Amino acid sequence: MNVNLLDSTDDRPFMAHRLVRAVICGVCLAIGLLLLNRPASALIEIEITRGVDNAIPIAIVPFGWSGSGEPPADIAAIVGADLQRSGNFAPLNRADLVANPVSGDIPLYSNWRLSGADFLLIGGMRRSPDGYVMEFQLFDILQQELMTGFSFQVTDQTIRSAAHQISDEVYEEILGISGAFNTQIAFVSVEGRVGDRTYRLQLADADGQNSQAMLTSPYPILSPAWAPDGVRIAYVSFESRLSSAIYIQDRERGRREKVLAREGINGAPGFSPDGQRLAVALSFEGSLDIYVLDIESGKLTRVTDTRAIDTEPVWIDNDTLVFTSDRSGGPQLYEVSPNGGRATRLTFEGSYNADPTVSPDGSTIAFVHNSGSGFQIAAIDRASGLFQTLTQGTIDESPSFSPNGQMILYATEQDGRGTLGAVSLDGSVVQSLSLDDGSNVREPAWSPYAR
Amino acid sequence: MKQSYSLGSLWRFSALGLLVAGLSACSGSGDTRDSGLTDQVARNPSVTPVTIDGAQDGTAVDPGSIEGRAPVDRVIYFDYDEAELRPEYLDIVAQHGRYLAQNTAGRVRLEGHTDERGTREYNIALGERRAKTIARMLQLQGVSSAQVRTVSYGEELPVDEGHNNAAWAKNRRVNIIYEGALQN
Repeated sequence: MNVNLLDSTDDRPFMAHRLVRAVICGVCLAIGLLLLNRPASALIEIEITRGVDNAIPIAIVPFGWSGSGEPPADIAAIVGADLQRSGNFAPLNRADLVANPVSGDIPLYSNWRLSGADFLLIGGMRRSPDGYVMEFQLFDILQQELMTGFSFQVTDQTIRSAAHQISDEVYEEILGISGAFNTQIAFVSVEGRVGDRTYRLQLADADGQNSQAMLTSPYPILSPAWAPDGVRIAYVSFESRLSSAIYIQDRERGRREKVLAREGINGAPGFSPDGQRLAVALSFEGSLDIYVLDIESGKLTRVTDTRAIDTEPVWIDNDTLVFTSDRSGGPQLYEVSPNGGRATRLTFEGSYNADPTVSPDGSTIAFVHNSGSGFQIAAIDRASGLFQTLTQGTIDESPSFSPNGQMILYATEQDGRGTLGAVSLDGSVVQSLSLDDGSNVREPAWSPYAR
Repeated sequence: MKQSYSLGSLWRFSALGLLVAGLSACSGSGDTRDSGLTDQVARNPSVTPVTIDGAQDGTAVDPGSIEGRAPVDRVIYFDYDEAELRPEYLDIVAQHGRYLAQNTAGRVRLEGHTDERGTREYNIALGERRAKTIARMLQLQGVSSAQVRTVSYGEELPVDEGHNNAAWAKNRRVNIIYEGALQN
């Protein structure tokens, strides 16, 4: 597996999509600024640095528009960019489309076959009393069949999300795997220099659009973690400057609650799958240990009790935690019951294994690994114990699974600047994400599916 | 990926046969599905931002105060991934210990820091270990525990933002900060 984040492939169709996206996002940003009257937020630029060798050719025809003026969004461009970004698809150039059928048309399969496309996506949009009706159909060119198609009621606010749902539908129909296009990522950005830094906890759509700060502070913010509801986010803030505290913030209402502010370290929050408990690392009893907080009652249960560093707890399921401990000398991963008891060591490769994250199905644990050549993202399969290193950076950290388990988002560094990378579990797809205002990005956390 | 694509497609074509036939019959106009989209996405762009203002304390130090008369070397540096005191800093820590033991109204805050290598939360823990190393040494010299408090910022507040050995060496530190005032 030879994955190089700095590789830049010559990808003309993708460049075209990026251009279209840039125009769309310019418009979105302008609207966002008018609506929200807040400081300009940076856009994330996403680049594919490596895709699968045999990406699936798909023709995505510009959606029909039966209203007056320009259509409110270029749905085909949004879907094309999503599919391209996954690394699994190679959308045809618009100039190479042999026809421009719209929703309801029967495609001339033989012509599409000649153009090299395996699949064809067409659609249309029209005004409705409540906004718009958007519809699409996906065809299998080789089998000469309609695979799926349906229509949505959308508004100006939900139009991009609906486009991402079409991407999800296409992805799942063709690959048999749920898509994760209609999701979000949280991350921390930092701008400014020593003594004058600004920290932001930001949210953006999975395609990098609509980035918005949910918390802005002159003091460090770290360790954002999503609740399974996709609405609450827990994080650590040093806003009281001389101590840390753990907050849970409702991103919609901006309402937040300080849930832990004990003496010493208040760190590494992780929601239980049932959303009712928070695993944390606290040092108020002397050494840093794992605790579980019942959010509703405030009841705190101590899980570990060692003189070592125990931190970074995450949940495999409601009855199992994985955490980092240096009880054996250096940081390694351990598994323990949230009620405490004996911890079992999970990692043995290399001198440094820390900051675990668990795949949505619980089968795989990804973490930060160092065996002498820098910090990289590695993963172990829990059933087989198979260990693999997925990235080749020197300071890769903070891994986070996409909600479909296909990609791992992580923090890395490019040209001395904090950026994000994403890699597929088999290492075949690599993306790079950066903020276009030059600020440092770190600690990405991919949202769960919305409920 | 190729395998899963072709296998997935084959599986899919057979499984979807009935559905596809049904959809084809209405020539692609598609079914109308309530995707729950409006509810779901109505909250998508809605983030209510929270902003925290920084209160800066830039008061000048009175040279006659406890802080003003304290030993001037107030940064202790550490080796990579270590919380043990390097021998060359023994004397500096001892000076602070003697001074605080004699000036019992003096208060210090020990801020532990690390370089950027390693995970953020692990570094918070490492920074706390470093601060506690200094706290323990001060207490061994008779400084009361009430005079000393610790906080760790891990790798979050580097003094040098470079990504090299020289920068890392400067960032692996404990800052000894005199909290000045005699009054509460």
